[in-house]
Amino acid sequence: MENGGERERQRRRKMRSIGIALALGALVILFYVATLVRLGGNVMNRPL
Amino acid sequence: MPKACLRHDGRGIACAAQLGFIMADVGYQSDPLCPAQTVGGSIGDFVALMKPRVMSLVVFTALTGIVLAPEPMHPVLAVIALICIAVGAGASGALNMWYDADIDALMQRTASRPIPRGRVAPEEALTFGVVLAVGAVSTLGLLVSWPAAALLAFTIAFYVLVYTMWLKRRTPQNIVIGGAAGAFPPMVGWAAATGSVSLESILLFLIIFMWTPPHFWALALYRARDYERAGVPMLPVVAGPDETRKQIVIYSALLVPLALLPAFMGLGGALYAVVAILLGGVFLARALSVYRTREGREADRAAKQLFGFSILYLFGLFAALLIERVAVLLSA
Repeated sequence: MENGGERERQRRRKMRSIGIALALGALVILFYVATLVRLGGNVMNRPL
Repeated sequence: MPKACLRHDGRGIACAAQLGFIMADVGYQSDPLCPAQTVGGSIGDFVALMKPRVMSLVVFTALTGIVLAPEPMHPVLAVIALICIAVGAGASGALNMWYDADIDALMQRTASRPIPRGRVAPEEALTFGVVLAVGAVSTLGLLVSWPAAALLAFTIAFYVLVYTMWLKRRTPQNIVIGGAAGAFPPMVGWAAATGSVSLESILLFLIIFMWTPPHFWALALYRARDYERAGVPMLPVVAGPDETRKQIVIYSALLVPLALLPAFMGLGGALYAVVAILLGGVFLARALSVYRTREGREADRAAKQLFGFSILYLFGLFAALLIERVAVLLSA
């Protein structure tokens, strides 16, 4: 039971870590896409 | 039952023995892998903390607010706004479950939630809720609209501070005033598109606001024993089922004509008017059935039917608004 509990604990922790990683990745994509949408072609409209 | 599963966050109402007895009484099953502090919850437990069914209604009404707004929104920004509103609603749910863990454990309807079951520790739920709330509000502000973000922050604060912490355990008017929190999402959606609040978005708010009391009191009528056991002063517990039935009819009689107003204000057209009249008629009939049927299983059945239909009613109204508006946009 002790080993089973430890295995389950590690499995859940791993799944939570993957969930957090996916959420952070989605957030990065969200900010990237939103920046493209908000700036659009204006991204090139600046003094060089 | 492992002792740690019964641990509460210091505000606890019930001692372990009391909880154990009551939970057994309502069919509570403890998680064999408790305590939560050493095993931790699964992703599904954290999803459950966000009250996904409530979230789906919130997303739907917020989407209606976005689509009905006079200023069209970029589809990507609209999706981002909806995600933020959904996560904000999820944060409210998690914070609600954190604060109400003690009474959730006493009620059959809520005893299987992740905290009473010992699958998520209260501190984890609190952290989860705060992180989601801050993340949703700041992302909505940075990427879409600060007025919408401010409204979302107000909605979360209203649900957690005003409804959950202040009103819920103190007054039978808890869901009347607290219901405002559930009515804000279409206003947040509208504000995400326009950057402001208008009479039309306030009307959408008012429809959900007036819908909430008959919806929850119908539930409370057949769950009165649950609420009584947990010490939550819902109207049937405090004023009795007959007074609750009277209030259900009064609020329903106010709601149905109010729900017709969008047809006169240009928000909805002929389809909406027909849906609002037909569904409104059935809503009133169900409310009157609850009023008349006061004894035995028939009374419970009438209340359950009104509760179930009230969800269909709200969905039908907003779906009609959405369909008509999309049809107009597509034909333009």
